[in-house]
Amino acid sequence: MYHTKTLSELSAMLGAGEVTSVQLTEHFLQRIKDHDAQLNSFISVTADQALKAAADADEKRNAGNAGPLTGIPIAHKDIFCTKGVKTSCGSKMLDNFESPYDATVVEKMQQAGVIMLGKTNMDEFAMGSSNETSFFGAVKNPWNTNAVPGGSSGGSASSVAARLAPAATGTDTGGSIRQPASLCGITGLKPTYGRVSRYGMIAFASSLDQAGPMAQSAEDCALLLNAMSGFDPKDSTSLEKEVPDYTADLNKPLNGLKIGLPKEFFGEGLNKGTDEVIQKAITEYKAMGAEIIDISLPNTHLSVPVYYVVAPAECSSNLSRFDGVRFGHRCEEPKDLEDLYKRSRGEGFGEEVKRRILVGTYALSAGYYDAYYIKAQQLRRMISDDFTKAFEKVDVIMGPTSPETAFNIGEKSDDPISMYLSDIYTIAVNLAGLPGMSVPAGFDSKMPVGLQIIANHFDESRLLNVAHQYQQQTDWHKAIPEQFK
Amino acid sequence: MSLGPDNVKSIAHLARLEIEEKNIEEYAKSLSSILDLVEQMNAVDTTNVKPMAHPMDVSQRLRVDEVLEENQRETFQKIAPKTEDGLYLVPQVIE
Repeated sequence: MYHTKTLSELSAMLGAGEVTSVQLTEHFLQRIKDHDAQLNSFISVTADQALKAAADADEKRNAGNAGPLTGIPIAHKDIFCTKGVKTSCGSKMLDNFESPYDATVVEKMQQAGVIMLGKTNMDEFAMGSSNETSFFGAVKNPWNTNAVPGGSSGGSASSVAARLAPAATGTDTGGSIRQPASLCGITGLKPTYGRVSRYGMIAFASSLDQAGPMAQSAEDCALLLNAMSGFDPKDSTSLEKEVPDYTADLNKPLNGLKIGLPKEFFGEGLNKGTDEVIQKAITEYKAMGAEIIDISLPNTHLSVPVYYVVAPAECSSNLSRFDGVRFGHRCEEPKDLEDLYKRSRGEGFGEEVKRRILVGTYALSAGYYDAYYIKAQQLRRMISDDFTKAFEKVDVIMGPTSPETAFNIGEKSDDPISMYLSDIYTIAVNLAGLPGMSVPAGFDSKMPVGLQIIANHFDESRLLNVAHQYQQQTDWHKAIPEQFK
Repeated sequence: MSLGPDNVKSIAHLARLEIEEKNIEEYAKSLSSILDLVEQMNAVDTTNVKPMAHPMDVSQRLRVDEVLEENQRETFQKIAPKTEDGLYLVPQVIE
């Protein structure tokens, strides 16, 4: 059936006239209807709009104006503003928010002919690693519905893993594409900071946030990244750098590829079962002609502490725009302006978001700015320099995406610190602004394990090539959870 | 670093964020544990390290100051909680 095909396969089928966009869209809308009650991966389903867009796409194709993504249905994370459609960011604060404009990513996807099936569930304002902080309830992992899908792009990961959508968009501030991709057994890519526009992507930590594709394969991610990437004058941190065709290098052989293994990614805290899966993947790469080089990223242990200064500081500043005045939640009968601000925000934000706003406000308050934010930015440079040195010796860096497979719902929700530590291998990549991927590499006790691949700035093509070659040798990325086949 | 209930109250005021009285203690505890985690930063000497604000160390791009957007007041005010005559309404600030 259509849902067992990758996006690339569906694209070929559309091209050959074997299926229409309307048929595909109907099929995936039906799957969402039949299965999403078990997963809670969608916040909104935009069926009418999708079917209309699909009919338009079919017309475009019949007129001979189709690209590779014309008529392909996907889901958008609910962090992307979508004109006239609820954009909640997983929060009560924006439960009533219908965006007056489209995010650049959404606009670019539309221009490429992509159909939006709906908006996926996420941790509130992308703050979380388990999708439990959503105002709209926890998302479940299709491999075991008692387990979390990871976060914050948990709805995107869960829906793609259960084949309710061929692909989805996600965002990654400290691992929010890669960690859920790993925990749900799909392929996810966080591009270089500045590669994809942040315009209309509700800001969490502006110096770290980056959007990227979540799909079944590296080839699918390449097609999506082609459409998502590019300079955007509306995003002041967008970089003016040409977009290559990300599918061009997919088939390059890996002979002589230098893979760095940082010893810090394989130390204490790494689950044994996960380690075994990753070691096997590395052996596979050796067989493909890659050379393995031991490296060190000595400041890795500082990435979590640094992140929990930089991200909350930037979030406290970004989230100050939610004031109950211009849009979003407003409290009943405010007695004065201060009461309006305080109660609208107190009622609109959930616990984890409040916690981060408080940490950030404290770190930025008079007398503490140097000790926290400046200190964190200095360490951020040291963490980034570690990678610069490593990339003088190696082409890519590999390790686990997450220290363990998906944990159970509720297991870590009362302990923010242990939740934060589940992003230990992904956070440094955001701090350094590097592109990173998670690729399905096998299973530990029936739960998926993701291999993380990190490349140098703007080297997404190599990342995709390295992932694609692995996916030509293995079929972990093709595994579908039994009850969603 | 440990924060007490009074610290939490004053930070919450700075952030214009209402925290229910019954939750203050819990926030004091979790914020203190986050600050403990962050303390690890102090073990490293960062003298002469330049703070990194942007991963590619680029500076803010500027453009010519010209009007590019149309006024969309009605569209934007349609989603506002309370407006009147094209203005956003808030509780009276000046007596």
